[in-house]
Amino acid sequence: MRRWSTFAILLFAAAGPVAAGAAGPAAPAEARRAELIHMVRQDCGSCHGLSMKGGLGPPLVPAALADKDAAQLQFVVLHGRRGTAMPPWRRFLSDAEAAWVVELLRKGLPE
Amino acid sequence: MKRAPAWRLAAVLAAVLAAVLVGCAQPELRGTGDLGLVVERAAGRVKLIETSGRTALATIAGLGDLSHASIVYSRDGRYGYVFGRDGGLSRVDLLLARLDRRVVQAGNAIGGAISQDGRLIAVANYEPGGVRIFDAATLEPLADIPAAFGDGTRRAKVVGIADAPGQRFVFSLFEAGEIWVADLSDPRRPQVTRHRDIGKQPYDGLITPDGRHYIAGLFGEDGLALLDLWNPQAGVRRILGGYGRGEEPLPVYKMPHLRGWAIAGGHAVLPAIGRKEVLVVETAGWSEAARIPVHGQPVFVIAQPGGRRAWVNFAFPDNDTVQVIDLPSRSVVKTLKPGRAVLHMEFTARGEQVWVSSRDDDSVIVYDPASFAEIARIRADKPSGIFLSSRAFATGF
Repeated sequence: MRRWSTFAILLFAAAGPVAAGAAGPAAPAEARRAELIHMVRQDCGSCHGLSMKGGLGPPLVPAALADKDAAQLQFVVLHGRRGTAMPPWRRFLSDAEAAWVVELLRKGLPE
Repeated sequence: MKRAPAWRLAAVLAAVLAAVLVGCAQPELRGTGDLGLVVERAAGRVKLIETSGRTALATIAGLGDLSHASIVYSRDGRYGYVFGRDGGLSRVDLLLARLDRRVVQAGNAIGGAISQDGRLIAVANYEPGGVRIFDAATLEPLADIPAAFGDGTRRAKVVGIADAPGQRFVFSLFEAGEIWVADLSDPRRPQVTRHRDIGKQPYDGLITPDGRHYIAGLFGEDGLALLDLWNPQAGVRRILGGYGRGEEPLPVYKMPHLRGWAIAGGHAVLPAIGRKEVLVVETAGWSEAARIPVHGQPVFVIAQPGGRRAWVNFAFPDNDTVQVIDLPSRSVVKTLKPGRAVLHMEFTARGEQVWVSSRDDDSVIVYDPASFAEIARIRADKPSGIFLSSRAFATGF
Protein backbone atom coordinates (compact mmCIF):
# COMPACT_ATOMS: atom_id res chain seq x y z
CA MET A 1 0.00 0.00 0.00
CA ARG A 2 2.68 2.44 1.06
CA ARG A 3 4.85 1.66 -1.93
CA TRP A 4 2.33 2.46 -4.63
CA SER A 5 1.04 5.55 -2.90
CA THR A 6 4.54 6.98 -2.70
CA PHE A 7 5.00 6.08 -6.32
CA ALA A 8 1.70 7.75 -7.18
CA ILE A 9 2.67 10.95 -5.44
CA LEU A 10 6.03 11.00 -7.22
CA LEU A 11 4.36 10.39 -10.53
CA PHE A 12 1.80 13.11 -10.01
CA ALA A 13 4.52 15.49 -8.90
CA ALA A 14 6.42 14.73 -12.08
CA ALA A 15 3.38 14.97 -14.30
CA GLY A 16 2.28 18.32 -12.94
CA PRO A 17 -1.27 19.27 -12.05
CA VAL A 18 -3.97 16.66 -12.68
CA ALA A 19 -7.46 17.14 -14.04
CA ALA A 20 -9.13 16.73 -10.67
CA GLY A 21 -9.01 20.26 -9.33
CA ALA A 22 -10.65 21.65 -6.24
CA ALA A 23 -13.89 22.20 -8.13
CA GLY A 24 -14.05 18.51 -9.08
CA PRO A 25 -13.39 16.93 -12.45
CA ALA A 26 -15.11 18.16 -15.57
CA ALA A 27 -18.08 15.91 -16.27
CA PRO A 28 -18.04 13.91 -19.50
CA ALA A 29 -20.88 14.41 -21.99
CA GLU A 30 -24.18 12.85 -21.04
CA ALA A 31 -24.05 9.83 -23.37
CA ARG A 32 -20.55 9.03 -22.20
CA ARG A 33 -21.63 9.39 -18.57
CA ALA A 34 -24.24 6.68 -19.07
CA GLU A 35 -21.58 4.45 -20.65
CA LEU A 36 -19.21 5.04 -17.77
CA ILE A 37 -21.84 4.32 -15.13
CA HIS A 38 -22.72 1.12 -16.96
CA MET A 39 -19.06 0.12 -17.15
CA VAL A 40 -18.48 0.84 -13.45
CA ARG A 41 -21.53 -1.07 -12.33
CA GLN A 42 -21.16 -4.05 -14.66
CA ASP A 43 -17.45 -4.44 -15.36
CA CYS A 44 -15.94 -3.04 -12.17
CA GLY A 45 -18.86 -4.85 -10.53
CA SER A 46 -17.45 -8.20 -11.73
CA CYS A 47 -14.92 -7.97 -8.90
CA HIS A 48 -16.25 -5.20 -6.64
CA GLY A 49 -19.91 -6.29 -6.72
CA LEU A 50 -22.79 -4.69 -8.61
CA SER A 51 -23.59 -2.66 -5.50
CA MET A 52 -19.87 -1.88 -4.96
CA LYS A 53 -19.94 -3.66 -1.62
CA GLY A 54 -16.90 -5.70 -2.58
CA GLY A 55 -16.07 -9.14 -3.89
CA LEU A 56 -12.64 -10.37 -4.85
CA GLY A 57 -11.86 -6.65 -4.99
CA PRO A 58 -12.41 -4.34 -2.01
CA PRO A 59 -15.65 -2.41 -1.44
CA LEU A 60 -15.98 0.89 -3.33
CA VAL A 61 -18.94 2.34 -1.43
CA PRO A 62 -18.59 5.97 -0.22
CA ALA A 63 -17.79 4.96 3.37
CA ALA A 64 -14.92 2.75 2.17
CA LEU A 65 -13.43 5.57 0.06
CA ALA A 66 -13.98 8.50 2.42
CA ASP A 67 -10.46 8.52 3.85
CA LYS A 68 -8.70 7.76 0.56
CA ASP A 69 -7.00 10.38 -1.55
CA ALA A 70 -8.81 11.08 -4.83
CA ALA A 71 -5.61 11.38 -6.84
CA GLN A 72 -4.39 8.02 -5.55
CA LEU A 73 -7.69 6.39 -6.38
CA GLN A 74 -7.56 7.87 -9.86
CA PHE A 75 -4.05 6.51 -10.26
CA VAL A 76 -5.17 3.03 -9.26
CA VAL A 77 -8.08 3.16 -11.70
CA LEU A 78 -5.79 4.17 -14.56
CA HIS A 79 -2.76 2.05 -13.75
CA GLY A 80 -3.98 -0.86 -11.64
CA ARG A 81 -2.22 -2.25 -8.60
CA ARG A 82 0.71 -4.59 -8.90
CA GLY A 83 0.44 -7.80 -6.94
CA THR A 84 -3.34 -7.62 -6.92
CA ALA A 85 -6.05 -8.48 -9.44
CA MET A 86 -6.73 -4.78 -10.17
CA PRO A 87 -5.96 -4.12 -13.85
CA PRO A 88 -5.17 -0.75 -15.46
CA TRP A 89 -8.16 0.90 -17.12
CA ARG A 90 -6.31 3.62 -19.00
CA ARG A 91 -7.09 1.91 -22.29
CA PHE A 92 -10.77 2.62 -21.67
CA LEU A 93 -10.73 5.87 -19.66
CA SER A 94 -9.12 9.28 -20.08
CA ASP A 95 -7.55 10.95 -17.04
CA ALA A 96 -10.55 13.23 -16.71
CA GLU A 97 -12.98 10.31 -16.97
CA ALA A 98 -11.10 8.38 -14.30
CA ALA A 99 -11.29 11.42 -12.03
CA TRP A 100 -15.02 11.66 -12.71
CA VAL A 101 -15.48 7.95 -11.93
CA VAL A 102 -13.65 8.37 -8.62
CA GLU A 103 -15.91 11.28 -7.68
CA LEU A 104 -18.93 9.22 -8.69
CA LEU A 105 -17.87 6.37 -6.43
CA ARG A 106 -17.13 8.71 -3.56
CA LYS A 107 -20.64 10.13 -3.83
CA GLY A 108 -22.26 6.76 -4.40
CA LEU A 109 -23.15 5.22 -7.74
CA PRO A 110 -26.60 6.36 -8.95
CA GLU A 111 -29.30 3.72 -9.30
CA MET B 1 -86.84 -46.19 -24.62
CA LYS B 2 -84.57 -48.40 -22.66
CA ARG B 3 -83.05 -47.07 -19.50
CA ALA B 4 -79.29 -46.70 -19.59
CA PRO B 5 -77.61 -49.31 -17.48
CA ALA B 6 -76.37 -48.05 -14.15
CA TRP B 7 -72.73 -48.79 -14.99
CA ARG B 8 -72.91 -46.57 -18.04
CA LEU B 9 -74.24 -43.67 -16.03
CA ALA B 10 -71.54 -44.20 -13.46
CA ALA B 11 -68.85 -44.22 -16.16
CA VAL B 12 -70.12 -40.97 -17.66
CA LEU B 13 -70.27 -39.36 -14.23
CA ALA B 14 -66.75 -40.50 -13.45
CA ALA B 15 -65.47 -39.10 -16.74
CA VAL B 16 -67.14 -35.74 -16.14
CA LEU B 17 -65.86 -35.63 -12.58
CA ALA B 18 -62.34 -36.45 -13.72
CA ALA B 19 -62.49 -33.72 -16.36
CA VAL B 20 -63.68 -31.19 -13.80
CA LEU B 21 -60.97 -32.19 -11.36
CA VAL B 22 -58.20 -32.06 -13.94
CA GLY B 23 -59.49 -28.83 -15.44
CA CYS B 24 -60.01 -26.94 -12.23
CA ALA B 25 -58.22 -28.34 -9.28
CA GLN B 26 -55.05 -30.07 -10.39
CA PRO B 27 -52.23 -28.41 -12.28
CA GLU B 28 -50.83 -30.36 -15.18
CA LEU B 29 -48.17 -32.76 -13.92
CA ARG B 30 -44.68 -32.30 -15.24
CA GLY B 31 -41.07 -33.24 -14.52
CA THR B 32 -38.21 -30.83 -13.95
CA GLY B 33 -35.68 -32.46 -16.30
CA ASP B 34 -36.10 -29.83 -19.00
CA LEU B 35 -36.22 -26.85 -16.66
CA GLY B 36 -33.55 -24.37 -15.71
CA LEU B 37 -32.94 -21.01 -14.11
CA VAL B 38 -31.32 -17.94 -15.65
CA VAL B 39 -29.90 -15.33 -13.27
CA GLU B 40 -31.05 -11.77 -13.87
CA ARG B 41 -28.11 -10.30 -12.03
CA ALA B 42 -29.05 -6.65 -11.66
CA ALA B 43 -32.68 -7.25 -10.73
CA GLY B 44 -32.13 -9.95 -8.13
CA ARG B 45 -34.39 -12.36 -9.97
CA VAL B 46 -34.18 -15.69 -11.74
CA LYS B 47 -36.08 -16.64 -14.85
CA LEU B 48 -37.53 -20.15 -14.98
CA ILE B 49 -37.04 -21.55 -18.48
CA GLU B 50 -37.75 -24.86 -20.24
CA THR B 51 -35.66 -26.40 -22.97
CA SER B 52 -38.32 -28.50 -24.77
CA GLY B 53 -40.22 -25.56 -26.26
CA ARG B 54 -37.44 -23.11 -25.35
CA THR B 55 -39.58 -20.60 -23.52
CA ALA B 56 -39.57 -18.63 -20.29
CA LEU B 57 -42.20 -19.86 -17.83
CA ALA B 58 -41.93 -17.50 -14.88
CA THR B 59 -39.79 -14.97 -13.07
CA ILE B 60 -38.94 -15.41 -9.41
CA ALA B 61 -37.94 -12.26 -7.52
CA GLY B 62 -36.58 -11.30 -4.13
CA LEU B 63 -33.20 -13.06 -4.30
CA GLY B 64 -31.02 -10.09 -3.31
CA ASP B 65 -27.75 -9.03 -4.93
CA LEU B 66 -26.93 -11.51 -7.67
CA SER B 67 -23.76 -9.82 -9.02
CA HIS B 68 -21.97 -13.11 -8.80
CA ALA B 69 -24.61 -15.77 -8.47
CA SER B 70 -24.52 -19.50 -8.98
CA ILE B 71 -27.04 -22.28 -8.54
CA VAL B 72 -26.98 -25.95 -7.60
CA TYR B 73 -29.94 -28.33 -7.66
CA SER B 74 -31.54 -30.71 -5.19
CA ARG B 75 -31.06 -34.36 -5.99
CA ASP B 76 -34.70 -34.70 -7.08
CA GLY B 77 -34.31 -31.75 -9.45
CA ARG B 78 -37.16 -29.83 -7.87
CA TYR B 79 -35.29 -27.06 -6.08
CA GLY B 80 -32.56 -24.69 -7.16
CA TYR B 81 -30.29 -23.25 -4.46
CA VAL B 82 -29.25 -19.74 -5.46
CA PHE B 83 -26.04 -18.33 -3.95
CA GLY B 84 -26.03 -14.53 -4.06
CA ARG B 85 -23.23 -12.01 -3.63
CA ASP B 86 -24.89 -10.56 -0.52
CA GLY B 87 -24.63 -13.87 1.34
CA GLY B 88 -28.19 -14.85 0.48
CA LEU B 89 -28.97 -18.54 0.12
CA SER B 90 -32.35 -18.99 -1.55
CA ARG B 91 -34.21 -22.18 -2.31
CA VAL B 92 -36.37 -21.84 -5.43
CA ASP B 93 -39.14 -24.34 -6.20
CA LEU B 94 -39.09 -25.07 -9.94
CA LEU B 95 -42.51 -26.76 -9.98
CA LEU B 96 -44.37 -24.03 -8.12
CA ALA B 97 -42.16 -21.32 -9.64
CA ARG B 98 -41.65 -19.53 -6.36
CA LEU B 99 -39.14 -18.70 -3.68
CA ASP B 100 -39.46 -21.51 -1.16
CA ARG B 101 -37.19 -20.22 1.59
CA ARG B 102 -34.24 -17.92 2.03
CA VAL B 103 -31.56 -17.07 4.58
CA VAL B 104 -28.86 -14.39 4.54
CA GLN B 105 -25.95 -16.29 5.98
CA ALA B 106 -22.94 -14.01 5.47
CA GLY B 107 -22.00 -10.51 4.32
CA ASN B 108 -20.45 -11.46 1.01
CA ALA B 109 -20.53 -14.84 -0.72
CA ILE B 110 -19.14 -16.30 -3.93
CA GLY B 111 -20.80 -19.67 -4.52
CA GLY B 112 -21.73 -23.01 -3.11
CA ALA B 113 -22.13 -26.72 -3.57
CA ILE B 114 -24.46 -29.56 -2.63
CA SER B 115 -23.24 -32.72 -0.90
CA GLN B 116 -23.07 -36.09 -2.59
CA ASP B 117 -26.18 -37.27 -0.73
CA GLY B 118 -28.05 -34.02 -1.39
CA ARG B 119 -28.67 -33.28 2.27
CA LEU B 120 -26.12 -30.53 2.83
CA ILE B 121 -25.55 -27.17 1.19
CA ALA B 122 -22.12 -25.56 1.58
CA VAL B 123 -21.68 -21.85 0.93
CA ALA B 124 -18.28 -20.29 0.23
CA ASN B 125 -17.98 -16.83 1.75
CA TYR B 126 -15.70 -13.85 1.23
CA GLU B 127 -16.94 -12.01 4.32
CA PRO B 128 -16.52 -13.49 6.83
CA GLY B 129 -14.09 -15.74 4.96
CA GLY B 130 -15.05 -19.38 5.34
CA VAL B 131 -17.59 -22.04 4.53
CA ARG B 132 -20.97 -22.53 6.16
CA ILE B 133 -22.97 -25.73 6.01
CA PHE B 134 -26.77 -25.83 5.88
CA ASP B 135 -29.49 -28.45 5.93
CA ALA B 136 -30.68 -28.65 2.32
CA ALA B 137 -34.33 -29.16 3.36
CA THR B 138 -34.68 -26.45 6.00
CA LEU B 139 -31.64 -24.19 5.41
CA GLU B 140 -30.92 -24.57 9.10
CA PRO B 141 -27.23 -23.81 9.83
CA LEU B 142 -25.27 -26.93 10.80
CA ALA B 143 -21.59 -26.01 10.83
CA ASP B 144 -19.20 -23.11 10.32
CA ILE B 145 -15.68 -23.52 8.93
CA PRO B 146 -13.76 -20.24 9.33
CA ALA B 147 -10.98 -19.88 6.74
CA ALA B 148 -8.43 -18.74 9.32
CA PHE B 149 -4.79 -18.72 8.29
CA GLY B 150 -1.41 -17.30 9.24
CA ASP B 151 -1.42 -16.59 12.95
CA GLY B 152 -5.09 -17.53 12.99
CA THR B 153 -6.47 -13.99 13.17
CA ARG B 154 -6.81 -13.39 9.42
CA ARG B 155 -9.52 -14.99 7.36
CA ALA B 156 -9.20 -15.73 3.68
CA LYS B 157 -11.81 -15.40 0.98
CA VAL B 158 -12.99 -18.85 -0.06
CA VAL B 159 -13.15 -19.64 -3.77
CA GLY B 160 -13.70 -22.65 -6.02
CA ILE B 161 -15.86 -24.77 -3.75
CA ALA B 162 -16.77 -28.19 -5.15
CA ASP B 163 -18.52 -31.29 -3.86
CA ALA B 164 -16.50 -34.49 -3.76
CA PRO B 165 -17.51 -38.11 -3.17
CA GLY B 166 -17.68 -39.16 0.47
CA GLN B 167 -19.66 -36.17 1.74
CA ARG B 168 -16.70 -33.90 1.20
CA PHE B 169 -16.33 -30.33 0.03
CA VAL B 170 -13.07 -29.04 -1.43
CA PHE B 171 -12.26 -25.34 -1.66
CA SER B 172 -9.39 -22.85 -1.92
CA LEU B 173 -8.33 -19.90 0.22
CA PHE B 174 -7.42 -16.89 -1.92
CA GLU B 175 -5.11 -14.93 0.39
CA ALA B 176 -3.73 -17.99 2.16
CA GLY B 177 -2.79 -20.09 -0.85
CA GLU B 178 -4.31 -23.22 0.63
CA ILE B 179 -6.69 -26.00 -0.42
CA TRP B 180 -8.95 -27.47 2.24
CA VAL B 181 -10.90 -30.70 2.17
CA ALA B 182 -13.82 -30.80 4.61
CA ASP B 183 -15.41 -34.15 5.41
CA LEU B 184 -19.04 -33.66 6.46
CA SER B 185 -19.85 -37.29 7.23
CA ASP B 186 -20.98 -35.88 10.56
CA PRO B 187 -22.64 -32.63 9.39
CA ARG B 188 -22.16 -30.82 12.69
CA ARG B 189 -18.50 -31.83 13.07
CA PRO B 190 -16.54 -31.10 9.91
CA GLN B 191 -13.14 -32.79 9.68
CA VAL B 192 -10.85 -30.46 7.75
CA THR B 193 -7.61 -31.44 6.02
CA ARG B 194 -5.45 -28.44 5.09
CA HIS B 195 -3.03 -28.37 2.18
CA ARG B 196 -0.68 -25.40 2.56
CA ASP B 197 1.58 -23.57 0.11
CA ILE B 198 -0.34 -24.67 -2.94
CA GLY B 199 0.54 -21.48 -4.88
CA LYS B 200 -0.24 -17.78 -4.88
CA GLN B 201 -3.80 -16.52 -4.95
CA PRO B 202 -5.98 -19.43 -6.06
CA TYR B 203 -8.92 -17.69 -7.73
CA ASP B 204 -11.22 -20.60 -8.64
CA GLY B 205 -11.31 -24.36 -8.59
CA LEU B 206 -12.98 -27.33 -10.17
CA ILE B 207 -13.38 -31.02 -9.64
CA THR B 208 -13.16 -33.49 -12.50
CA PRO B 209 -16.40 -35.22 -13.50
CA ASP B 210 -15.22 -38.49 -11.90
CA GLY B 211 -14.75 -36.68 -8.58
CA ARG B 212 -11.09 -37.61 -8.39
CA HIS B 213 -9.03 -34.49 -9.11
CA TYR B 214 -9.47 -31.00 -7.70
CA ILE B 215 -7.68 -28.24 -9.57
CA ALA B 216 -7.24 -24.65 -8.42
CA GLY B 217 -6.25 -21.93 -10.88
CA LEU B 218 -3.64 -19.49 -9.59
CA PHE B 219 -3.83 -15.77 -10.17
CA GLY B 220 -0.57 -14.88 -8.44
CA GLU B 221 1.64 -17.10 -10.57
CA ASP B 222 1.67 -19.21 -13.70
CA GLY B 223 0.27 -22.66 -13.18
CA LEU B 224 -2.43 -24.61 -11.42
CA ALA B 225 -2.56 -26.69 -8.25
CA LEU B 226 -3.74 -30.31 -8.45
CA LEU B 227 -5.00 -32.51 -5.64
CA ASP B 228 -5.63 -36.20 -6.30
CA LEU B 229 -8.47 -37.11 -3.93
CA TRP B 230 -7.70 -40.79 -4.39
CA ASN B 231 -4.22 -40.14 -2.98
CA PRO B 232 -4.58 -37.05 -0.80
CA GLN B 233 -1.57 -38.04 1.29
CA ALA B 234 0.58 -37.32 -1.78
CA GLY B 235 -0.37 -33.66 -1.35
CA VAL B 236 -0.97 -30.91 -3.85
CA ARG B 237 1.29 -30.66 -6.84
CA ARG B 238 1.85 -27.89 -9.32
CA ILE B 239 0.87 -28.45 -12.91
CA LEU B 240 1.51 -26.30 -15.95
CA GLY B 241 4.03 -24.29 -13.93
CA GLY B 242 5.27 -21.37 -15.97
CA TYR B 243 2.76 -21.72 -18.78
CA GLY B 244 3.17 -17.98 -19.33
CA ARG B 245 6.87 -18.66 -20.00
CA GLY B 246 7.84 -15.62 -18.01
CA GLU B 247 5.96 -13.25 -20.29
CA GLU B 248 4.11 -10.41 -18.67
CA PRO B 249 0.45 -11.45 -18.45
CA LEU B 250 -2.17 -9.14 -19.95
CA PRO B 251 -4.34 -7.18 -17.56
CA VAL B 252 -7.33 -9.29 -16.53
CA TYR B 253 -10.68 -7.50 -16.69
CA LYS B 254 -12.68 -10.51 -15.66
CA MET B 255 -11.50 -13.57 -13.76
CA PRO B 256 -11.81 -16.84 -15.66
CA HIS B 257 -14.14 -19.50 -14.31
CA LEU B 258 -13.00 -23.07 -14.07
CA ARG B 259 -16.24 -24.81 -13.18
CA GLY B 260 -17.87 -26.20 -16.29
CA TRP B 261 -14.53 -26.93 -17.84
CA ALA B 262 -14.07 -29.20 -20.78
CA ILE B 263 -12.58 -32.67 -20.67
CA ALA B 264 -12.51 -35.06 -23.58
CA GLY B 265 -10.43 -37.83 -25.08
CA GLY B 266 -7.84 -37.77 -22.33
CA HIS B 267 -7.48 -34.01 -22.57
CA ALA B 268 -8.76 -31.09 -20.57
CA VAL B 269 -9.12 -27.59 -21.93
CA LEU B 270 -8.82 -24.67 -19.56
CA PRO B 271 -8.80 -20.88 -19.78
CA ALA B 272 -5.31 -19.39 -19.49
CA ILE B 273 -5.27 -16.38 -17.18
CA GLY B 274 -3.91 -13.15 -18.60
CA ARG B 275 -3.45 -14.72 -22.02
CA LYS B 276 -5.55 -14.99 -25.17
CA GLU B 277 -5.19 -18.74 -25.13
CA VAL B 278 -6.96 -21.92 -24.18
CA LEU B 279 -4.68 -24.50 -22.60
CA VAL B 280 -4.91 -28.16 -23.55
CA VAL B 281 -3.72 -30.54 -20.85
CA GLU B 282 -3.35 -34.29 -21.11
CA THR B 283 -5.04 -35.79 -18.07
CA ALA B 284 -2.82 -38.87 -17.68
CA GLY B 285 0.24 -36.90 -16.59
CA TRP B 286 -1.31 -33.43 -16.29
CA SER B 287 1.19 -31.80 -18.61
CA GLU B 288 0.60 -29.25 -21.32
CA ALA B 289 -0.29 -30.76 -24.68
CA ALA B 290 -1.04 -27.61 -26.65
CA ARG B 291 -2.31 -24.09 -26.44
CA ILE B 292 -4.89 -22.69 -28.78
CA PRO B 293 -4.88 -18.98 -29.67
CA VAL B 294 -8.34 -17.45 -29.31
CA HIS B 295 -10.11 -14.12 -29.76
CA GLY B 296 -9.60 -12.77 -26.24
CA GLN B 297 -8.93 -13.85 -22.68
CA PRO B 298 -11.20 -16.83 -22.07
CA VAL B 299 -13.66 -16.75 -19.17
CA PHE B 300 -15.54 -20.03 -19.59
CA VAL B 301 -14.39 -23.01 -21.66
CA ILE B 302 -17.42 -25.27 -21.77
CA ALA B 303 -17.36 -28.76 -23.23
CA GLN B 304 -20.14 -29.87 -25.51
CA PRO B 305 -21.51 -33.14 -24.11
CA GLY B 306 -19.58 -35.86 -25.90
CA GLY B 307 -16.50 -33.70 -25.77
CA ARG B 308 -15.82 -33.08 -29.42
CA ARG B 309 -16.02 -29.31 -29.17
CA ALA B 310 -15.70 -26.61 -26.56
CA TRP B 311 -17.38 -23.21 -26.53
CA VAL B 312 -15.42 -20.26 -25.20
CA ASN B 313 -16.47 -16.78 -24.13
CA PHE B 314 -14.21 -13.87 -23.30
CA ALA B 315 -13.43 -11.14 -20.81
CA PHE B 316 -14.15 -7.47 -21.30
CA PRO B 317 -13.55 -5.83 -23.78
CA ASP B 318 -13.78 -8.87 -26.11
CA ASN B 319 -17.01 -10.13 -24.59
CA ASP B 320 -19.27 -9.82 -27.64
CA THR B 321 -17.77 -12.97 -29.11
CA VAL B 322 -18.04 -16.73 -28.64
CA GLN B 323 -15.65 -19.16 -30.30
CA VAL B 324 -16.07 -22.85 -30.87
CA ILE B 325 -12.99 -25.07 -30.69
CA ASP B 326 -12.77 -28.43 -32.40
CA LEU B 327 -10.80 -30.49 -29.92
CA PRO B 328 -9.38 -33.24 -32.17
CA SER B 329 -7.84 -30.66 -34.52
CA ARG B 330 -7.35 -28.07 -31.76
CA SER B 331 -8.61 -25.30 -33.99
CA VAL B 332 -11.27 -22.63 -33.85
CA VAL B 333 -14.05 -23.71 -36.20
CA LYS B 334 -16.60 -20.99 -35.59
CA THR B 335 -16.74 -17.43 -34.32
CA LEU B 336 -20.15 -16.14 -33.24
CA LYS B 337 -21.39 -12.71 -32.18
CA PRO B 338 -24.39 -13.57 -30.01
CA GLY B 339 -24.73 -10.09 -28.48
CA ARG B 340 -23.02 -7.62 -26.19
CA ALA B 341 -21.41 -8.85 -22.97
CA VAL B 342 -21.75 -12.61 -23.29
CA LEU B 343 -21.41 -13.92 -19.74
CA HIS B 344 -22.22 -17.62 -19.79
CA MET B 345 -23.03 -20.69 -21.87
CA GLU B 346 -24.85 -23.88 -20.86
CA PHE B 347 -25.49 -27.05 -22.83
CA THR B 348 -28.50 -29.28 -22.41
CA ALA B 349 -27.47 -32.66 -21.02
CA ARG B 350 -27.44 -34.37 -24.41
CA GLY B 351 -25.87 -31.45 -26.17
CA GLU B 352 -28.48 -30.63 -28.78
CA GLN B 353 -28.84 -27.03 -27.57
CA VAL B 354 -26.56 -24.46 -26.06
CA TRP B 355 -27.93 -21.46 -24.19
CA VAL B 356 -25.91 -18.24 -24.24
CA SER B 357 -26.55 -15.13 -22.13
CA SER B 358 -25.96 -11.62 -23.49
CA ARG B 359 -26.10 -9.22 -20.56
CA ASP B 360 -26.12 -5.94 -22.47
CA ASP B 361 -28.64 -7.10 -25.08
CA ASP B 362 -30.95 -8.40 -22.32
CA SER B 363 -31.23 -11.71 -24.15
CA VAL B 364 -30.65 -15.41 -23.84
CA ILE B 365 -29.91 -16.96 -27.22
CA VAL B 366 -30.33 -20.68 -27.91
CA TYR B 367 -28.14 -22.24 -30.60
CA ASP B 368 -28.15 -25.56 -32.38
CA PRO B 369 -24.50 -26.50 -31.76
CA ALA B 370 -24.40 -28.68 -34.88
CA SER B 371 -25.44 -26.00 -37.36
CA PHE B 372 -24.70 -22.91 -35.19
CA ALA B 373 -28.18 -21.71 -36.13
CA GLU B 374 -30.00 -19.52 -33.64
CA ILE B 375 -33.14 -21.45 -32.67
CA ALA B 376 -34.63 -19.22 -29.99
CA ARG B 377 -34.12 -15.87 -28.31
CA ILE B 378 -35.63 -15.09 -24.93
CA ARG B 379 -35.80 -11.70 -23.25
CA ALA B 380 -34.14 -11.55 -19.85
CA ASP B 381 -33.06 -8.61 -17.71
CA LYS B 382 -29.22 -8.44 -17.71
CA PRO B 383 -28.84 -12.23 -17.73
CA SER B 384 -25.68 -13.83 -16.39
CA GLY B 385 -25.48 -17.48 -15.34
CA ILE B 386 -27.63 -20.17 -16.97
CA PHE B 387 -28.17 -23.29 -14.85
CA LEU B 388 -30.12 -26.27 -16.17
CA SER B 389 -31.58 -28.80 -13.75
CA SER B 390 -29.51 -31.65 -15.21
CA ARG B 391 -26.72 -30.27 -12.99
CA ALA B 392 -28.52 -32.10 -10.19
CA PHE B 393 -26.91 -35.35 -11.29
CA ALA B 394 -23.33 -34.30 -11.92
CA THR B 395 -20.46 -34.20 -9.43
CA GLY B 396 -18.93 -30.75 -9.25
CA PHE B 397 -22.11 -28.92 -10.27
